Amino acid sequence: MKLLSFRGGVHPPHRKKATEKLAVIKANEPKVVYIPLQQHIGAPCEALVKVGDEVKVGQKIGEASAFVSAPIHSSVSGKVKKIAKMKTPTGEATCIVIESDGLNTVHESVLPKGDISELSGKEILEIVKEAGIVGLGGAAFPTHVKFSPPPDTNIDTIILNGAECEPYLTADHRLMLEDPESIVYGLKAMMKIVNVKKAYIGIEDNKKDAIEKMLECVKNEEGISIVALKTKYPQGAEKQLIYACTQREVPSGGLPMAVGVIVNNVGTAAAIATAIKTGMPLVERIATITGSGIKEPKNLLIKVGTLFNEIIEQCGGYNGTPGKVIMGGPMMGLAQHTDDVPAIKGTSGILVLSPEEARLPEPEQCIKCGKCVEICPAFLQPVYISAYGLKDMYDKAEEYRALDCIECGSCSFICPSKRPLLHSIRVAKREIIAKKKKSK
Amino acid sequence: MENKLIVSSSPHLRANESISKIMRDVVIALLPATLAGVYYFRMGAVKVILSAVIAAVLTEAAIQKISKKRVTINDWSAVVTGLLLAFNIPASAPWWLPAIGSIFAIFIVKQVFGGIGHNFMNPALAARAMLLASWPVQMTAWVKPGTDAVSTATPLAIVGGEASGQALPSFMDLIVGNVGGCIGETSAILLIIGGIYLVYRGVITPRIPVIYIATVAVMSFLLGGFDISYMVYQVFAGGLMLGAIYMATDYASSPVTEKGQIIFAVGCGFLTAIIRIYGGYPEGVSYSILLMNVATPLIEKYTRPRVFGEVK
Ligand code: SF4
Ligand code: SF4
Repeated sequence: MKLLSFRGGVHPPHRKKATEKLAVIKANEPKVVYIPLQQHIGAPCEALVKVGDEVKVGQKIGEASAFVSAPIHSSVSGKVKKIAKMKTPTGEATCIVIESDGLNTVHESVLPKGDISELSGKEILEIVKEAGIVGLGGAAFPTHVKFSPPPDTNIDTIILNGAECEPYLTADHRLMLEDPESIVYGLKAMMKIVNVKKAYIGIEDNKKDAIEKMLECVKNEEGISIVALKTKYPQGAEKQLIYACTQREVPSGGLPMAVGVIVNNVGTAAAIATAIKTGMPLVERIATITGSGIKEPKNLLIKVGTLFNEIIEQCGGYNGTPGKVIMGGPMMGLAQHTDDVPAIKGTSGILVLSPEEARLPEPEQCIKCGKCVEICPAFLQPVYISAYGLKDMYDKAEEYRALDCIECGSCSFICPSKRPLLHSIRVAKREIIAKKKKSK
Repeated sequence: MENKLIVSSSPHLRANESISKIMRDVVIALLPATLAGVYYFRMGAVKVILSAVIAAVLTEAAIQKISKKRVTINDWSAVVTGLLLAFNIPASAPWWLPAIGSIFAIFIVKQVFGGIGHNFMNPALAARAMLLASWPVQMTAWVKPGTDAVSTATPLAIVGGEASGQALPSFMDLIVGNVGGCIGETSAILLIIGGIYLVYRGVITPRIPVIYIATVAVMSFLLGGFDISYMVYQVFAGGLMLGAIYMATDYASSPVTEKGQIIFAVGCGFLTAIIRIYGGYPEGVSYSILLMNVATPLIEKYTRPRVFGEVK
């Protein structure tokens, strides 16, 4: 099979050995869950329950108040103890604190929705929306929004992202090995929503077993192809993945639908399958708990709302003093201030680095080696955007197209002078966007 | 534990690269040619190399000390500059000549403009040009390889007709470096091996050297009367390999964009061929690269790459 790819990119060490062979196991039942009403960009949800209410698994406890938002559901059965602001992996949000009764009584609303052959596209979309499904790759963007293109857009392809190009993480890899049927079922549901006949599942070739498994699984499916991708970061970035599979370039500033494509994570597809087959909304997910700072790395099926420290405890606890606790992978993940935060729908992994690994390198002068330019998958010149950004020359940074940066971090990764390229580009982007808003 | 966790923006993983690693690789790449220089030119070469490298490192340390900056001599970049300068000087030169060159390269060309990454010209080449202008006799006193220091002409001067009456060295001598010339520009094959090492280690891309050398080859074939052997001598003799692989690829003074690098390399090749064929001077590599160094900011300005998804 010919490996497809994009131009640019870097080769970070994989570091997946610790968990890639470990089957997903169910995490211990949390005694208390803390479910944030806001888990992604967009509007926060409104609480549907009050302190003292009894709730059940799968019961809707937060209602999406805007279009770009997804409802949230209880991951346990028990009693609402508190509704209060607390720290979450993405900042701070109001959380519904539920004490579990340990029974996991399923809510009455959780019922199989029928088969996709009988459901209409519209009905499936409604199920996706009601089940609170968001992108499970990390960004947690509400999935139903992606499937509601403006009427004049012509969508002809769906791509499932099974690249899992972030080092350390193996959650998607395990899912593809252990439950490929659900992925394909979810994919077919997606194809029905927007009525397309063509789909790709892109997988990096460092997961040969997953490629084989998925090939086996789609052998009788029409229109679904498995694409072996070159192992390179950021192979799973939306625009790069679309390019690798279809050779289409999403226009600068545009969305994938501009080239007729919708991209979703394989985990998202499996969540859709569950929502249709059992009616269970998105209340749990697979996450990889790993890194040298974890005693026994694992792939765990965790309930949304479980505290990080509780999850880490189940993996043997910390291996020495933790240096950095990251939600997600090392390239794009979010460093946490504390491990006292709940897992959310977008928690694809918890990565703990040792203090030595976490130590920030001392930046040196840029030697103009051009490596950042050579590898930028958006074809930018990070060295100049960053330099102008640091001098507060944001107009210049914009001229060098700072806004096209996909924040993959490849430039900071490769820089021999350890310059904080992406960090300064992020600052520049924020300033540029703020200025644009003001002048509107 | 809260305050002990390190919080920083992504990425949380950095490549195992550093300035010193890159510069050390350049020194390693230059090692075979250095040894060949010493083998062919004996003590003369040793004297020039040591003088240039020591002066470069000391100058860097002294300036950084005086201006109260962090002393970065252990990043090996001064060693590279000193070594490259030594490669550009004949073995017969007095010991103080390379020292003056190194002081000039590090002080004027590198540190005055802000240190590593800020030199708009290749420091070693700028120093060579300065030395050549100030001490033309010492800078062109070529000797034959060996201990007896018989004076000779460079193969390029012989092909070009500037030194008539001398026998052209054989092609084999040319390739292995058994010819007159500067210390480091004699052995084409060892310079190429070093270049392959640099490409393999990801220090440079082959873009600039290959295009530069190809341009010189094509131009000297066309302008040299379609004479293959003339072309071969133009490519393998003199400082072309040294210049194309180690000087034109200097990070700070060459463009960072792909298109920019292509234009830069073609420009270097074009100028080199023109100077060699029409100028009254057999070598053209240093001046060509220096001229293109000066043009680099302009080239970069007009070669901004097409951004992913951008329609031009
Ligand atoms: S990779 Fe770092 S040192 Fe090299 S040009 Fe970019 S910013 Fe400068
Ligand atoms: S500039 Fe942006 S898109 Fe380019 S490598 Fe850096 S983070 Fe990635």
